[in-house]
Amino acid sequence: MSPPKVPAAIVGPGNIGTDLLAKLLRSAEAGGAIDVRYVVGVVESDGLARARELGIDASAGGVDWLLRQSPLPQIVFEATSAAAHLANAPRYAEAGIQAVDLTPAHLGPMVCPPVNLRDHIAAPNVSMITCGGQATIPMVHAVSRVTPVPYAEIVASVASRSAGPGTRANIDEFTHTTSRAVAEIGGAARGKAIIVLNPVEPPLIMRDTVFCMVGADADRPAIARSVHGMVATVQEYVPGYTLRAEPQFDDPRPDWGGNGRVAIFLEVKGNGDHLPPYAGNLDIMTAAATRVGELMARAKQAVAA
Amino acid sequence: MRPALAHDVRITDTTLRDGSHAMSHRFTEAQVRDTVRALDRAGVEVIEVSHGDGLGGSSFNYGFSGTDELTLIAAAADEARRATVAVLLVPGIGTVDDLKKAHDAGARMVRVATHCTEADVSPQHFAAARELGMETVGFLMMAHRTSPEVLAKQARIMVDAGCQVPYVTDSAGALLMHEATQRFEAVVAEVGDEAWVGYHGHQNLSLGVANSVLAHEAGVRYIDGSLCALGAGAGNSPTEVLVAVFDRLGVDTGIDVAGALAAAEDVVRPYLHRWPKLDRNAIVQGWAGVYSSFLLHAERAAERYDVPTHEILRRCGAEGLVGGQEDMIIDIALQIAAEEAK
Repeated sequence: MSPPKVPAAIVGPGNIGTDLLAKLLRSAEAGGAIDVRYVVGVVESDGLARARELGIDASAGGVDWLLRQSPLPQIVFEATSAAAHLANAPRYAEAGIQAVDLTPAHLGPMVCPPVNLRDHIAAPNVSMITCGGQATIPMVHAVSRVTPVPYAEIVASVASRSAGPGTRANIDEFTHTTSRAVAEIGGAARGKAIIVLNPVEPPLIMRDTVFCMVGADADRPAIARSVHGMVATVQEYVPGYTLRAEPQFDDPRPDWGGNGRVAIFLEVKGNGDHLPPYAGNLDIMTAAATRVGELMARAKQAVAA
Repeated sequence: MRPALAHDVRITDTTLRDGSHAMSHRFTEAQVRDTVRALDRAGVEVIEVSHGDGLGGSSFNYGFSGTDELTLIAAAADEARRATVAVLLVPGIGTVDDLKKAHDAGARMVRVATHCTEADVSPQHFAAARELGMETVGFLMMAHRTSPEVLAKQARIMVDAGCQVPYVTDSAGALLMHEATQRFEAVVAEVGDEAWVGYHGHQNLSLGVANSVLAHEAGVRYIDGSLCALGAGAGNSPTEVLVAVFDRLGVDTGIDVAGALAAAEDVVRPYLHRWPKLDRNAIVQGWAGVYSSFLLHAERAAERYDVPTHEILRRCGAEGLVGGQEDMIIDIALQIAAEEAK
């Protein structure tokens, strides 16, 4: 007999929360460990109505309502705003609920599932970093696990329609957080992140370019193998994560401090669950959060057993 | 809210910022000092200095700076007796932290640049600039890519966020004369007397100076140029030509014609290793509406992957790439090479 599923809640029933719900329900159907019991907002909304249609207990009563439920969720996915998560996080912690934070609050350790999740599987609160971080950190790690990376730089191009008002009002937050995570989680000595919004119609599918500085004598075939291996790993939870071309190696140059460079060109096409496929930047956040939640839930089941 | 003008037109010289593209971002401190001294002496009121892609632009994607831009900004501020030192900031590349460092180094004006439909990423930076007491300009880049009406609404977003001078920024040198005029008129009508309006032109279709004259006629009061046209693509409207033309028109710029000509001829020309020119690649940029800074990157990718530069640039236009997407140039070159291999 399989262990009981782990009850979970989504707080924030907007586009992200609704897309996340679709992914968590699909995962549950496929035998996953999570049972989404609750969807919570602070006002009545289309998102709450959609959740109810799917048979989920949904309320506009906010976290007050959620914490009165029985059973309590053991995992909460926060898809609100940084300010809301800052207010809610201590209450989840007090109730012993693990939080998977999709907002820019970054209270807990930053996690990228194939890179460092196992180090934080029992952390009370984990941060999903940024969309650009989820897309590019696996590639930086794929290079840095083969050869030292003194500097990594990522460029994320996203469709204008997929960049919401929160991102736009504080675009520096993306730049700072992603730069930091590219270094700390990706394993580069220094990191830099750039984001470009493009309004072209039809909307552009998310694109990411990862540049890693590597030594003059870096093992190019080993780097390429590592990159392909990591792409396959990410594809397990983001099927539309693909290389546009083979990794491109540039010979050492004096203005690169005598180092060479590998450039990795990615396309991130979303699954089209609730969000449109071009919005791979949003999809990779909900897909990675689903992955994190599933692995956390399995760890809980293992402890209970 | 908009600053008082000392002359009919306020010229901003961007040799040391847009020109950084043509110099592969390798200006030396001595070149910056000599150029600022000559511009300041000639009476240019605003001198822009930074990496070509703005603060924080030093990168694999855009090219690493030969000398740290903060060193160059500080040198410019040290040399300028009358002129204001300006910096470019492209949200998504540079940040408020970079702006504070530039201010500490002596920059007193910031030009916050967004794609022409994405002005709502700029309020964070305008707010920080106003807090620092800096003058504020807003660059609506690739202005050919949207209608005059939308451009005016985007200028409104910037002005409401604290921008004193929204610009019609023809990054691709693509605006024909009537298209430029329509945009000048729409933005001037939108901002009224709350802000001045600016124009930044490129020479890819050879219209930068002509459009500058139309700009002045339409009420635009801030106009950009670069000495010897030093800038991305076929270069910018040459400052020395603007000064000469406005002088003939009786439009006061406060700049001495002989001084501007000397700055171009005696200071900038000797250090040019590449004089921006109207070759096929640059004309394709204006014709197909391609961000001017893509030129050198496309030339490098063309050489590396043995494909034609003008074909890369044409596809950059067809795919609707915007400023900052230099990485896509390599991607496009790889695609062309793969197609040719078949």
